Amino acid sequence: MSGGGREVFEDAPGAHRDSLDAAGRKVTSTAWLAAGRQEESILHQLVRDRAAVVGLVIIMLLAALALAAPLIAPHDPAAQHLHERLAAPNLTFPLGTDNLGRCLLSRLLYGARVSLAAATAASLLVLLIGVSVGAIAGYAGGWVDMAIMRVVDLLLAFPLLILALAITGFIGVGMSSVLVGVVSVWWASYARIVRGLVLSLRERPFVEAARAMGASPARIIIRHLLPNVIPSIIVLATLELGSLLLVISGLNFLGLGVQPPTPEWGAMLNDGRPFLLSAPQLMIYPGLAISLAVLGFNLLGDGLRDHLDPRLK
Amino acid sequence: MKRYVLIRILSLIPLWLGISVLAFALSNLAPGDPATVIAHRLSDAPPSDEQIEAIRREYHLDEPMPLRYALWLASAARGDLGISYRTKRPVFKELAAHFPATLQIACAALIIALVIALPLGVLAAVRRGSWFDHAARAGTLLGASLPSYWLGYLLILIFSLALGWLPVAGREGMSSAALPALTLGLGTAATLARLTRSSLLEVLGEDFIRTARAKGLGEWAIVWRHALKSALIPVLTATGIAFGHLLGGAVIVEEIFAWPGVGHLLMNSIYDRDYPMIQGFVLFMGAVFTMLSLITDLSYLWIDPRIPLAKNKRVGR
Repeated sequence: MSGGGREVFEDAPGAHRDSLDAAGRKVTSTAWLAAGRQEESILHQLVRDRAAVVGLVIIMLLAALALAAPLIAPHDPAAQHLHERLAAPNLTFPLGTDNLGRCLLSRLLYGARVSLAAATAASLLVLLIGVSVGAIAGYAGGWVDMAIMRVVDLLLAFPLLILALAITGFIGVGMSSVLVGVVSVWWASYARIVRGLVLSLRERPFVEAARAMGASPARIIIRHLLPNVIPSIIVLATLELGSLLLVISGLNFLGLGVQPPTPEWGAMLNDGRPFLLSAPQLMIYPGLAISLAVLGFNLLGDGLRDHLDPRLK
Repeated sequence: MKRYVLIRILSLIPLWLGISVLAFALSNLAPGDPATVIAHRLSDAPPSDEQIEAIRREYHLDEPMPLRYALWLASAARGDLGISYRTKRPVFKELAAHFPATLQIACAALIIALVIALPLGVLAAVRRGSWFDHAARAGTLLGASLPSYWLGYLLILIFSLALGWLPVAGREGMSSAALPALTLGLGTAATLARLTRSSLLEVLGEDFIRTARAKGLGEWAIVWRHALKSALIPVLTATGIAFGHLLGGAVIVEEIFAWPGVGHLLMNSIYDRDYPMIQGFVLFMGAVFTMLSLITDLSYLWIDPRIPLAKNKRVGR
């Protein structure tokens, strides 16, 4: 069985805590999620975790800036001021301009909308597919489970970045193909986790009771199993937003995503490459923005993980 | 033990078949009529309808899908992954020629990651709650948050442009590998350092450590002689998986530093819609990664004495 070795690994002490990196396969195990069923107290504990609060504040701030971009951006992000190319910061252009004379601050603000929205959309899609497929595999069992899990094994045999790149490469450039590429490989680890959670629940008395009362499998999954699984999975999705942002902006950096003049943080980095020496600020600001957002998600995720993982206490 | 190893090795076969189905299916995502695309890509002049039909027959594109897959798989199994549209050379030869460069920076990155991560993680665990522990936590969080496609340019700005110590790009001499490897390795260093810390902390809480303390051993003697050995087992296993991630993450780093590895090859193929090359890349890297995780799994069995199978191996031979 191909999964055998992986399970040995997941049982290793301590090995379950870190998902390895943005690019690839997760080594997160399900053990701590099954225990994470006290959302109320977690919220209270989180408030006392300063790092997690800082993370939350960073994310809220970036989200607010993204939402308010049309109100606060000093210029149209696509407007070219050709007489003021590569301008230093001044009163009209608070962060200066890029090689086409476009306002950097405005592009960063509008870029936040694109980057954060793409990561959020990807995370919701991944959640939808992962939860449905995982729940079906876990509840149905038998050959359905077998078939689904072989597909999951197959996808997780690669570092996810590689497959997402290849799929995007075949479909062609554009933000939608980036999302298709990322989502079509990222759901697999969720499906595996949800399947594990559903498997641990399906023989419990309340499910037996529902079955005895003649509830259909669909009803059991939707009304009885998913409500027990979803809170944990939402936490997991929060942990993932940072890595999704990294990989989506990464594909945009590689020129596979949004096309000009759409501002996106990764694409802005790519646009700034020829000017690294003459105008390093073109690369410094978008990079700072990505790092700050990912740091925010990681701080929050770390806090959530600490409080959810009973073994860390 | 032997039985487990055999089963684990045989399990590669269905996985490889799956990877081949995936790679074959990917090629069907490409837009346009394949015969027309191939005809255009392989000849300089616009092809005639007869030429297109000839290509359709030559590549068996008029056959049903399962037969096409079988034919494709049969030639792939012989190492024939087709001809690159871009370079007009065999895909397999191109991949094999570029792979050593990728391996070089991935290995260097792994060494950098371990050299940073192990001392950092051990010291943070031993001095738990100290300023060093907090600084290490902040540092590793930051390290895991910086995108490699930004970090690489920061390192170029510092080490190549400001200090002038290292070359900006290309692959000439040992020093040119330094920045790509550092860019690639720092994120992994952060992850492995955190894993080392938490793993050592867990071991330090176990009974046999309490016994060692009761014996009156000093803290460092406990860590060095007793705790570290078992604490490093999960770290070693994670290292195997991290190596796979490094090979994957190399795509972005090679693109930054114009490093002539398979990642650079992949990106050029994607930009140029060189479909046989992208397909060959998926197949090739799929084989590499599955072998890597096989080696990781097997070495884990061999390293961890708590798994009874490993004992059998020593007795049995």
